[in-house]
Amino acid sequence: MKILTNWLRTYVPNIPADDLQLADDLTLRGIAVEGVHHLGPNNGHLFEMDITTNRVDAMNHYGIAREAATIYNLPLLPLLPETASQPPASTPFPVRIEAPHLCGRFTAQVLRNITISPSTGSIADYFGLLAQKQISNAVDASNFVLLGMGHPTHAFDLDKLEGGIVVRLARQGEKLKLLDGIERILEADDLVVADEVKALGLAGVMGGWDSMITPQTKNILVEAAWFDQASIRRSARRHGLHTDASHRFERGADFNACPTANALVSQLILQSGGSLEGGLVDILIPEIAARTASRPPIQLSVLQVQRHLGTTLSPEGLTQEIVVQYLTALGCELTPLSSSKNDSAAALDAFNRDPQVGGAASALSSVSTIPEDLFSVQLPSWRLDLEREIDLIEEVARVYGYNRFANTLPTPGIVIAHPTSAAEAAVRTRLLALGFSESISSTFASQSDSDLFSTAGKGTIAMENPLSDEASLLRPSLVPGMVTMLAHNLNRDVKDVRLFEQGHIFTGDTNEVYESSQLSLGLTGASSSTTLHSAQDAPFFELKGVIESVISLFTLTGGSAALSFTLQAPDWLQPGRSATVLLNNTPIGGLGELTRAEAQRRKLRQPIYLAQLDLAVLYALPLRQVTAHDLSRFQAVERDFSFTFPDATQWHTIAAAIHALAIPELQRLAPVEIFRDAKGKAVAAGHYSLLLRAVFQSHERTLNEDELSHWQSQIIATLTHLGGSIRA
Amino acid sequence: MNDTIPQLRAYDEATLEAAFATLIEEVRSETSLLQDPESFRLHWLGRKQGRLKLISEAWLKSAPPEARKPLGIQFNRLKQEIEAALEAPAAADSAAHTEQGIDITLPGTQRAPGIAHPLLKTMEQIVQVFHNLGYSTNLGPQVESDFYNFEALNFPPNHPARDTQDTLVIANQQNRPSRDRLLMRTHTSPVQIRTMVAQAPPIRIVIPGKVHRNDAADATHSPIFHQVEGLCVDTNITFSDLKGTLDHAMKALFGSDVKTRFFPSFFPFTEPSADVQISCIFCGGKGCRKCKHSGWIELLGCGMVDPAVFAAVTKERRKLGLDDDAYDPNRITGFAFGMGVERIAMIQHGISDIGHFFSGDMRFLEQFA
Repeated sequence: MKILTNWLRTYVPNIPADDLQLADDLTLRGIAVEGVHHLGPNNGHLFEMDITTNRVDAMNHYGIAREAATIYNLPLLPLLPETASQPPASTPFPVRIEAPHLCGRFTAQVLRNITISPSTGSIADYFGLLAQKQISNAVDASNFVLLGMGHPTHAFDLDKLEGGIVVRLARQGEKLKLLDGIERILEADDLVVADEVKALGLAGVMGGWDSMITPQTKNILVEAAWFDQASIRRSARRHGLHTDASHRFERGADFNACPTANALVSQLILQSGGSLEGGLVDILIPEIAARTASRPPIQLSVLQVQRHLGTTLSPEGLTQEIVVQYLTALGCELTPLSSSKNDSAAALDAFNRDPQVGGAASALSSVSTIPEDLFSVQLPSWRLDLEREIDLIEEVARVYGYNRFANTLPTPGIVIAHPTSAAEAAVRTRLLALGFSESISSTFASQSDSDLFSTAGKGTIAMENPLSDEASLLRPSLVPGMVTMLAHNLNRDVKDVRLFEQGHIFTGDTNEVYESSQLSLGLTGASSSTTLHSAQDAPFFELKGVIESVISLFTLTGGSAALSFTLQAPDWLQPGRSATVLLNNTPIGGLGELTRAEAQRRKLRQPIYLAQLDLAVLYALPLRQVTAHDLSRFQAVERDFSFTFPDATQWHTIAAAIHALAIPELQRLAPVEIFRDAKGKAVAAGHYSLLLRAVFQSHERTLNEDELSHWQSQIIATLTHLGGSIRA
Repeated sequence: MNDTIPQLRAYDEATLEAAFATLIEEVRSETSLLQDPESFRLHWLGRKQGRLKLISEAWLKSAPPEARKPLGIQFNRLKQEIEAALEAPAAADSAAHTEQGIDITLPGTQRAPGIAHPLLKTMEQIVQVFHNLGYSTNLGPQVESDFYNFEALNFPPNHPARDTQDTLVIANQQNRPSRDRLLMRTHTSPVQIRTMVAQAPPIRIVIPGKVHRNDAADATHSPIFHQVEGLCVDTNITFSDLKGTLDHAMKALFGSDVKTRFFPSFFPFTEPSADVQISCIFCGGKGCRKCKHSGWIELLGCGMVDPAVFAAVTKERRKLGLDDDAYDPNRITGFAFGMGVERIAMIQHGISDIGHFFSGDMRFLEQFA
């Protein structure tokens, strides 16, 4: 919205600030001036305003002038000089409201023998500066009043009317050609201003083509009315119309402004000749008046103002005088209430019960010097946004200026750690330390990704208004997002990627959605370090190591044996190159290579490895409490065993068999080298060679050669029993 | 190598001198051929069978008492000679390296660390500031009901935010009661309601989290974004307390010379409501490109908790049998504030495209290593 400072100043002469200062002063009080444009000598400035939707009263020059008058404590000039009202016509112009719940007031004024001509004077000047289109004196008058004081009006060519005005609901399918030249087909809940025969205009939105002002117009009917917000919003939306009029009616127009607006428009049109016929016809619906202009007064206690707002920078604070001055200037009528003693005493009592709270003490000291000050406040008809005491408190704070309040601090509270925060931080720190970077992917998934990656039987949740086809469901898994991020990198020639995401997944149905915390891991490209596995297998084992490392942060019921892996894995993982993660035999996740088919379909240039883990299960476990063991003073002894095994003999069988020997001095057992020979020369086909390292150490003594060779032969026997043979 | 133990015929000075000269000569001649320092060391200094030990044992056994001291001195000399011979090759080695030189201007070998997400790092920083001010973290679901996301927060039934144009809605909600309709939370404010319904004042919570709106994505907008909100409810919390808290928090986040400025604003769930600007962290308030030459950057929204919110909370508490006056507006006041984490992280790091946060692009993340 645009405001001319010259126009504004006609309503509040003698503002003791230049235009730039005025812009700042308004902005700091919530009447935001977004841009200031100099218009040349003597033309003042144009302000680009950004008025919040609740302040429809300030979307015009007079409304902003009222703000300025309040800020600078100056009188606001009336819009109309007090004049003796015109005697009513012997037969007043007939106006009938048939939809009294939607049209609360309708004023009509008949003007005779007018001359349609271009606008002159200040209308022409101001419209020029505002780049507002000039049409004719009659139409411009209506627009001038809208820009000036904010109330929409309309001028009909009286001679096109058949009978009086009827405000009614449209008939289903009724046709109406509006001022934009387009014929609309109306519905039964559109409100129209009609004559006895036909609809003349879409009430509060746009006038009709057939009754518009033309150069031939001789007689005019001026309308200024009040329409229901919701009804106007509905009609404007339905017909794709957002007009200056609908904008204001939708946000709540001033019920009492109708006669003034009507008189101002009439006055402006009559400047080019013509005369009023009779007085203003003013039909109003008392029930609506009671809801708007004549709302019951509310109570305001100055004590409450101080209790909510606290300490000011200036020592005198928010006095009763200031409160009364501001609210009066904004249009409120304040009447002191005498019997306020009890309420104030109760409020003071509330203060005294909790005197320790910051800010209260200083407020209290100023409070005790003020007599009881409870007011009855009649709210201005143009401020439908004011309804409660707190609304008035806000007005006081706003006009006083937010930055004139002190910076105080309330007493601090006691910080309680969130139940999962320690576990979450531990997992995150571990993953970062392992070289995985943190990521955030989309909360949504496509139907096909959801089909592929969701867990069967858990249900998926569709969106009513998805952002796109690719985001039609809430993600049932973090994996599709991870695949997308890995693909994003590969498509940009970033080949080594390690990512993780901690986030929510969504299962259930559209009546009840379950959110749970999951972890996803994504890996592609060269591994940083590992000599045990072939380059092809290394990513799998890196990922497995990460999962083992993360799970090792928690105390597992059943110890480290609680964690196991099975070959069975979800469909989206390559069979044989994937596994399910089990905790006490319950699946909590999976890992492995994305299926070749899926990788091909997504045009991935290299294999990607994925893992997901149910964090809720882990977070329910206590973090591992470390108990350190003493370090042995005696030397550890390493013994290596080089064997070949049939491929079918898996590591866990070997490890279990050796551990079954129950050698307490066996501290560590690890595969150091695994070798397969594709040509079957060094190692027979279907076999692999394994270099196994056992580390022995005692806490009590130096190990002697006899016991070492005994263990060694025990192990050799075990390995041989498993089908291994010693390599030469 | 010579393994024979030489005979010492007499213990006079000249004989000793000559005998040790022979041994030193032996050490030196072996040194010049030294290939295997370890066997050389074992040969001479071996603890049990070392030549030095064997010779000293043999010679000392028959030495007269007065000859023991000069004999000891001579053995020490010999030992030093052997040790010097052992150290020499190592020294020569390192000298060779120095001559060959290392190109110390080659880049250092870096192990790729995992990188904390810049957005989540900023979120953590903000949360930490409020932890230090006595706020506890509280979290809530991303799929919310209309009641927690709108109704209890005093959004009128026809508020535009409730429209599917602005809010992402779960399918099949049309036939459910309005308060139960499920949607993606549009702010973290529902956690304020959840907390107040569950718990009586005093409340000091900070709420980080992911939120969603039906916004078209561009360089500065994303349908997925993050917020940190805070709520402080207690007896007689004032607007000046809100000002002081946020002024302190902004100084803690951006440096002690940062100034704050409060403007009236409008939110359905706070009254009075304010927008907060901080003095530009790039130009210190003089005006630059980043602050559009205003000297100020708009950073957060806040306000005093609207009594209508307390009323909704009380109504809900009564339904749960918590029939108390814990949120009596005559006694209890509070403030709430909220900020967009993306915007703050973008300002902190000069990030021009919000989409980078959600791409998992390593080239972006690696900049924050």
